[in-house]
Amino acid sequence: MKKRLVDTKMVPLPSVSIVPERDVGKRPVLETRHLGIEFGGLKAVEDFNIAVGPTEICGLIGPNGAGKTTVFNLLTKVYQPTSGTVLIDGKDTSGMTTEQANRMGIARTFQNIRLFGNMTVEDNVRIGLHNQIRYGMLQGIFRAPAYWKAEKQMHQRSLELLSIFGMQDMADVKAGSLPYGAQRRLEIVRALATNPKLLLLDEPAAGMNPHETEELMQNIIKIRDEFQIAVMLIEHDMNLVMGICEGICVLNYGRIIAKGTAEEIQQNPVVIEAYLGSQGREENV
Amino acid sequence: MKINKKLLNALITFAIVIVAFILCEAALEGWFGKGFALKRADKGLLVPICVYIVLAVSLNLIVGISGELSLGHAGFMSIGAFSGVVVATWLEKALLTIDAAGKTVPFFSDTAILVIAIIVAGAIAAVAGVIIGIPALRLRGDYLAIVLLAFGEIIRNVMNCVLVWVEGSTLQFALKINEGSAAAVPGGAQMVINGAQGTNNKVMSVAFNNERFIVGFVLVIFTLFVVLNLINSRSGRAIMAIRDNRIAAESVGLNVMKYKMMAFVIGAALAGMAGCLYGLNMKTVTAVDFDYNMSIEILVIVVLGGIGSIRGSVIAAVLLKVLPEKLRFLNDYRMFAYAVVLIVVMLATNSPILKNLWALLMRIRPLRVAAEWLQALPGRIKAALPWNKKNGKAGEAQ
Amino acid sequence: MISLLSTLLNGLSLGSVYAIIALGYTMVYGIAKMLNFAHGDVIMVGAYISFVAIFYWGLPPILGFLLAMVVCTVLGIVIESLAYKPLRQATSLAVLITAIGVSYLLQNSAQLIWGANPKAFPAMFSLPDASLFGGSVTISNNTISLLNDQLKISGNMILTILACVAIMVVLTLFINKTKMGKAMRCVSEDKGAAELMGVNVNLTISLTFAIGSALAAVAGVLLCASYPSLQPTTGAMPGIKAFTAAVFGGIGSIPGAMIGGILLGIIEKLGQTYVSDQLGDAFAFAVLIIVLLVKPTGLMGKKVHEKV
Repeated sequence: MKKRLVDTKMVPLPSVSIVPERDVGKRPVLETRHLGIEFGGLKAVEDFNIAVGPTEICGLIGPNGAGKTTVFNLLTKVYQPTSGTVLIDGKDTSGMTTEQANRMGIARTFQNIRLFGNMTVEDNVRIGLHNQIRYGMLQGIFRAPAYWKAEKQMHQRSLELLSIFGMQDMADVKAGSLPYGAQRRLEIVRALATNPKLLLLDEPAAGMNPHETEELMQNIIKIRDEFQIAVMLIEHDMNLVMGICEGICVLNYGRIIAKGTAEEIQQNPVVIEAYLGSQGREENV
Repeated sequence: MKINKKLLNALITFAIVIVAFILCEAALEGWFGKGFALKRADKGLLVPICVYIVLAVSLNLIVGISGELSLGHAGFMSIGAFSGVVVATWLEKALLTIDAAGKTVPFFSDTAILVIAIIVAGAIAAVAGVIIGIPALRLRGDYLAIVLLAFGEIIRNVMNCVLVWVEGSTLQFALKINEGSAAAVPGGAQMVINGAQGTNNKVMSVAFNNERFIVGFVLVIFTLFVVLNLINSRSGRAIMAIRDNRIAAESVGLNVMKYKMMAFVIGAALAGMAGCLYGLNMKTVTAVDFDYNMSIEILVIVVLGGIGSIRGSVIAAVLLKVLPEKLRFLNDYRMFAYAVVLIVVMLATNSPILKNLWALLMRIRPLRVAAEWLQALPGRIKAALPWNKKNGKAGEAQ
Repeated sequence: MISLLSTLLNGLSLGSVYAIIALGYTMVYGIAKMLNFAHGDVIMVGAYISFVAIFYWGLPPILGFLLAMVVCTVLGIVIESLAYKPLRQATSLAVLITAIGVSYLLQNSAQLIWGANPKAFPAMFSLPDASLFGGSVTISNNTISLLNDQLKISGNMILTILACVAIMVVLTLFINKTKMGKAMRCVSEDKGAAELMGVNVNLTISLTFAIGSALAAVAGVLLCASYPSLQPTTGAMPGIKAFTAAVFGGIGSIPGAMIGGILLGIIEKLGQTYVSDQLGDAFAFAVLIIVLLVKPTGLMGKKVHEKV
């Protein structure tokens, strides 16, 4: 739990949050203001304010049912917020659809894997490239030169992206028949293919063994460095969160109860009470 | 390597259709001797078979590839049939020229009229597809199915009221929405569409016509070309991704409505073209011919051929058109047998009991070995093909 | 004004038949999550059974009526156990096609047994001819004439509406007050959880089919009493309309099916009378489309959130 792969100095961003020092002066890639959603009177998320620097790896943690995935659904517009706004790269996303939010630069993976299971691994990535490498429907039907050119580009780009996780040899395998860990990695590749500015990972290490998790941590940092994008992740594996997250945000009952660096969060008595403390007790049972 | 596999699959489908067409033409020419000469009833089936292949493939695009259950496909066929008859009549009566002998004749030949009518009918059906698709495709699953069924029935009802007749060299239109209301049709006018009595097609001869069969064949090839190429392109992948997992598709930036509409409108246009060929191949078609039973008939072909399998749809369409003809001796029991077969096939392919039986058989070693060998056979043949070998190496080099 | 009243009554009577059929559709959909396309043909079977019992065997109408209900109940259970039960895990499309197969089977069996020619359905009962309230209300030919003969109400119409009301009351009580009704509600909400709580899911589904089919028999007799022409395809169109009515009201919802059926009947009759006698069906379907576009789950359907 104490192993640190990053060592970043965090500085406060006026009034909202903290961002890595290297991102100071740059516009945050994601900013939320008083974000909230109600389901029939129940406030699932309330007054959620956060800013994420353009190259930050940010963690979103909290006990089960705290509203973490709901936050992701709000950010990606799967749910429309009942209050507050989400700014992606400084632009307001009110009223946008999930698809438009993705084009703004926000891509995600899912807690319960949502791959296109009947298609090959490569086709899954090609669908991620849909808005990056384009040609028209008629060009596709009548096999215009643009079709051949774009398909070749897609093939090369897919293999490039798959090679991040060393999956290029599985390109022709049906996605649904991959092992669990590989499916999670493929989801990340597919999200990356959409060329996002912010990558949301919903429990990326769930179901992975410690060795795979270690590799995943390295890869998340590699992705951030190579693509120069921000990563926000939900994770219950504290080794992963404390190991790579620069800023951490703790959610409980739909509200932020703490924001800070890994050290600050680990020492925060409110967090210990709400989250780490209870988990510590569980581990002793 | 991968593109080649898909390409090979598509080529096999094309090859089957082309070979079947050549065999039919050869039989029509009498090359196989008297024993294989086509009888009049067989000849009469050729064009409808083309029509049903196009219908099944286009519905498979909507139901299998796009994953939206449609119970109103016959509605587009109806629009195609009626607009096709109108266009063909107009081309024959209004677009005239004077031939070498100084006689006034239609500008286009019968076959050209048929082709133009099919294109126009496809366009009109596509417009109908857009008009219906925009509201309907917002719904999902069973609700979408019932709304499309409702649209199909509305089209049937409205077509029942349409009156079109020829006055001199122009076409006149009217709606007769009440049984008793006075008809605007002057006495003795030549009717093209006469409400519930349907079309009165004087343009094409009713007897079998080889040129029409060739047009039908070209329409089938065109349909396969459009649908198979669409599936193996960026748009087709998007359509299938939305079918497989709508939320994931949205999350990677696919415009769900756009691609649902694309599949639906292409399917509608192809159904309209097929309907046009069907309508012009018959002396009379009535609106009631295109009720929900027709939609269901096409759906059954798609399901029996295999959801999402284009080749399956082609083969099932041929079988389900030819078999009833060959089973005429069963008389009254024919439809009864069809119903029983349909139920048995659905149970056999979907019931867990039979799947378990299969699993049990596979425990017997010789059977299992044989089955595995058969399963591996296509792969081995493909691997043995020279062009695949070459590509395999190229793939490794990359 | 009087013509409007008469149209509304006609619509109410037709709508009552739709409502009774729609109940069968909606109950089966709610519990087995399948579109039972063969439901319309069970109506036809019910009508034929009572026709044979009354016309050929000379049984009193009430016995013919009961016999139709019994036969259809058994038929419903048999269809469910032979054709649908093996497909519980199959895709909904496979079940739909099987149901269509069953529908063809019933239609063609009826055609083989009774022939394709329409049969004239006998009158179910006759009201005594009378003249009441000093001639302002007269009864003749099974028809009650009111307001100086301007408004005519047939006995069948009254019977249909009464039967519909009775069925509605009994079914609502059954679903809400009995143990079996509670089991049905459980199964419709969550089959797996119901099974874990000790509910016999298979029995519950069979019972649902039995009730739905019995209602179909009632609807068949009432339909043929009002529109006395019986042939193997008699059930198809009312079946489709009732299916529409069930979706209209929110498929799976019992009060929804009732309201949907009655509204659809009234709309169809209003359309026929005031817009076009050719486009009554189109009118009914158009209203369905508009309702679904405004409220995609029907009038009383519940919205289901997909969990992400």
